[in-house]
Amino acid sequence: MTVKYTKDHEWVDAAGGGNAPVTVGITVHAQDALGDVVFVDLPEVGKTFAQGEVAGVVESVKAAADVFMPVSGEVTEVNEALRADPALANSDPLGAGWFFKVKLADALQLDALMDATTYDKFSSEA
Amino acid sequence: MPMTALPALPSFPSFRELENAGEFIARHIGIEAADEARMLAVIGSATRKELIDGIVPPAIRRSKPMDLPPPITEAGALAELKAMAAKNKVARNFIGQGYYGTHTPGVILRNVLENPAWYTAYTPYQAEISQGRMEALLNFQTMVCDLTGMAIANASMLDEATAAAEAMTLAKRSVKSKSNVFLVAGDCHPQTIEVLRTRAAPLGIEIKVSTASDTLPQLMTSGEFFGALAQYPGTTGQVHDLRPLAGHAHAKGAAFCVAADLLALTLLAPPGEWEADIVCGTTQRFGMPMCNGGPHAAYLACRDSFKRSLPGRLVGVSVDVHGAPTYRLALQTREQHIRREKATSNICTAQALPAVIASMYAVYHGPTGLTRIAHRVAVLTAVLAQGLEQMGRELVNTTAFDSLTVRSGDDTALILERAHAASVNLRHRLQQHLGISLDETTTRADIEMLWALFVPAGIPMPRFAALAEHVKPRIPDALRRTSAFMTHPVFNTHKSETSMLRYIRSLSDKDLALDRTMIPLGSCTMKLNATSEMIPITWPEFANIHPFAPADQLKGYAELDQQLRGWLCEATGYAGISLQPNAGSQGEYAGLLAIRAFHASRGEQRRNICLIPSSAHGTNPASAQMAGMQVIVTACDTQGNVDLDDLKRFCEKHSEELAAVMITYPSTHGVFEAGVKELCALVHAHGGRVYVDGANMNALVGVAAPGEFGGDVSHLNLHKTFCIPHGGGGPGVGPVCVVEDLVPFLPGHLTAGITSRGVGAVSAAPLGNAAVLPISWMYCRMMGAEGLQAATETAILSANYISARLKDHYPTLYASQSAEGRGHVAHECILDLRPLKETSGITAEDVAKRLIDYGFHAPTLSFPVPGTLMVEPTESEPLAELDRFVDAMIAIRGEIRRIEDGVWPQDDNPLKHAPHTAASLLSAEWPHPYSRELAAVPLAALRQAKYWPPIGRVDNVYGDRNLFCSCVPVHMYETIAENKA
Repeated sequence: MTVKYTKDHEWVDAAGGGNAPVTVGITVHAQDALGDVVFVDLPEVGKTFAQGEVAGVVESVKAAADVFMPVSGEVTEVNEALRADPALANSDPLGAGWFFKVKLADALQLDALMDATTYDKFSSEA
Repeated sequence: MPMTALPALPSFPSFRELENAGEFIARHIGIEAADEARMLAVIGSATRKELIDGIVPPAIRRSKPMDLPPPITEAGALAELKAMAAKNKVARNFIGQGYYGTHTPGVILRNVLENPAWYTAYTPYQAEISQGRMEALLNFQTMVCDLTGMAIANASMLDEATAAAEAMTLAKRSVKSKSNVFLVAGDCHPQTIEVLRTRAAPLGIEIKVSTASDTLPQLMTSGEFFGALAQYPGTTGQVHDLRPLAGHAHAKGAAFCVAADLLALTLLAPPGEWEADIVCGTTQRFGMPMCNGGPHAAYLACRDSFKRSLPGRLVGVSVDVHGAPTYRLALQTREQHIRREKATSNICTAQALPAVIASMYAVYHGPTGLTRIAHRVAVLTAVLAQGLEQMGRELVNTTAFDSLTVRSGDDTALILERAHAASVNLRHRLQQHLGISLDETTTRADIEMLWALFVPAGIPMPRFAALAEHVKPRIPDALRRTSAFMTHPVFNTHKSETSMLRYIRSLSDKDLALDRTMIPLGSCTMKLNATSEMIPITWPEFANIHPFAPADQLKGYAELDQQLRGWLCEATGYAGISLQPNAGSQGEYAGLLAIRAFHASRGEQRRNICLIPSSAHGTNPASAQMAGMQVIVTACDTQGNVDLDDLKRFCEKHSEELAAVMITYPSTHGVFEAGVKELCALVHAHGGRVYVDGANMNALVGVAAPGEFGGDVSHLNLHKTFCIPHGGGGPGVGPVCVVEDLVPFLPGHLTAGITSRGVGAVSAAPLGNAAVLPISWMYCRMMGAEGLQAATETAILSANYISARLKDHYPTLYASQSAEGRGHVAHECILDLRPLKETSGITAEDVAKRLIDYGFHAPTLSFPVPGTLMVEPTESEPLAELDRFVDAMIAIRGEIRRIEDGVWPQDDNPLKHAPHTAASLLSAEWPHPYSRELAAVPLAALRQAKYWPPIGRVDNVYGDRNLFCSCVPVHMYETIAENKA
């Protein structure tokens, strides 16, 4: 399994393996709780964040939530398509609705995140 | 003749009874004595006293009744207030400094400012019943955008000074610069600089004000800063060429802010055309009298890229379910009720009614009329200047729009003496200088009179006619406006009074306000705004007063201030009050500043933690953040009460840093919590101060006083509890009330000569929204202590009646836990609709929208608990109206049952499609499983009087994804329809 999850309802996909940047988005559960997403604020490419820092914002009509950096590292790319069409975060949260890509500073941080089974259990209790 | 006994005749009433001093009490309170018995029977209480004694914890009951003057009649109170008003002196004003004479067009005065259809409306959160006022506010936003040349403007701010402060923090959030320095041109209005200093200090922002030797361009090029503010034209009258300054700011990664006069902008190149980032100012001179400082609508506009950080309410365009363009409040995620301590500001109530008036003034005059008014002012100013120069007077400003600063030198005292004798107010800010500002009301005779004040002995008077022939405005050519503005048809159509009158009426007809139905909004206290309370606010002795007029002209206001503060102290149990905060949010802010200054005065600056229970209004954390405090949210228990154990844990953990705890009482959950005294004692034991949010004061007046049961600071909302109408979202008044040792820390106002220990001005004017204070004065004067207490008890009675009648249909979520008060609520009740989602797919929002079909404004939706409706009937609603509401709610529950029973599908029923427009019922196709009749007139009574919503349900998502916040160009109607399709 290459996809990991945070307790703040972000997912991290390390499908590229090795030194390739990981992809970050919000989970099905998160977009469901927010409702129709109307706006996303994405980080600046090239900016470095520590794990847990606020890297972006996702807003629906009635709610706003911070997107926390799930792993420390440098932002290498943001999803411009999502910025233009925030509805992608609802229609395809795990695919076309990705938020940004990060070059990992510490691969061990990834291992400490939840796997799918643990996250499913966590989010159903939340 | 047999003797017959005389029939028994009724006795004559006593003279006291005939005087009927308490007549207004029965006018204000909608429940009659006979109704009360019926209501008590439904609730299950024997008497009102028994009910109240059970609900209000004995430990917090007032020690003695309020000591207020006995009530007098409406006529008596008006006469008494008229005598007080007569102590104000209406002078000819040339002070300027942000407040100018203006002619309120009669058609706007009578049909907007004095019309309950406009002034009794609520903030337009329920879009479907607020299209009229939102169109007016969209006109306001368009007018501001067009005149300033900016991309986006909000629907009003509280005053120019706080708008400048919001511009400062908007800049801080929006720019790259990491500096904490904000530069301010010395030629800004002094009250603006004062409020900027107040707001900057707790946020760690350093204000640097330019001087003659350290000019703004020099400051901008010499050091780092995140923003800079200049006035356009300056407070001296000089029309500065600010065009190069935006570039200086951008080179430093900073924002350039401009406080601009909208009337001047009809003639001057607008800041948006020279790359300014944020523009703010007041719209007062667009039809709102000076009002001793307020209420007036300020404005705030910014570049497009800053829009997500813009504070305040913003009207946007969206579509309804039928694809028709509609208005709605946009980008609410910026606001305190969603973002709390991360909100862009604590502002909620703004100045909607004055904003509507300013927008109507713009509609009435159109771009041509506004330009003519501005031109006339500029020409009169140039004529005045030329004449003064002819007589040998030296002017400080080389350019001018409407204001001049004269070097009056040794003649200053003499000129002021002459002015005083002629009842003329000049501006005297600097030694040996006098300021003169002209406006729409200035006449040729005024100019000649001003010359006569300034003319030195032996010098001939200038001749007006000769000068007016050839004099040109003193506006530099390079700064003259060439671009068109307000080209939208709305500003170019209603030129005749007939058309204007019908336009105003057509808008108010789309809306629901208190003149049509109860507005049972929980936490908003939409009670009667009696006509006799409203009448004094447009008296010239209250309306035509300049806030910086000499004190001997403001004696009536001083008396009003003193009396009202005294009565409010009685009602709250506090020792001191300031009426300066011009909204509840401002009162909260001022209260927290007082706490902050108190701790600092004892060397305890470290105390900066503010504990706030999760059930608090969003303004609480937003205000605490602005006051430089760190917010920690504490838990509530399952019954909605503050979790005292959790609070205790945090108090102990942060005992050394505890600044304040903010609670609402009775709680936002509509319950009198028994543990409040304990809570206050706990906080005090840890060195903190207790802030009691006065939002729910309508459940306390005459029954319990926060200043007695342990509160240290409260703010009141005079626009809730004390009858100032909501105005569709302002004006409000948010007095800050404090206990004895905090009195020295109430806000000062140096510009007006009022000092304070460490807390500067929080509003532009020393008495805030002074001109609406007579409303609360009238209310207290006509009710007296007994009437006010009866109002409180009736408000509680009515809420409990609704809760009791609805209990088998919609359970009330939270109620009192005490043995005596078991099952009872305070002055509002939260109806729990959440289980209906499971059984029928129906949400609280569906019920809210269905209530529109029944002719009601919905209760508060999803606050403080998502998925619920909070109902606050107030004391003013008659029993018949309470029953009409309850019957509608029960009928709607019946409709939901049909969905639960499978008669109607979950996605095709009268609730999901509510509200139903006339157009949707008239369409040939009617594919729904319920009749058109049921859709529109579900109760027989609706056949007699039916409110037709102008639009179907608004698509909020479309509006926020396709943000558009100015008047809709005609061609866009088609584009919207296509996009939607």
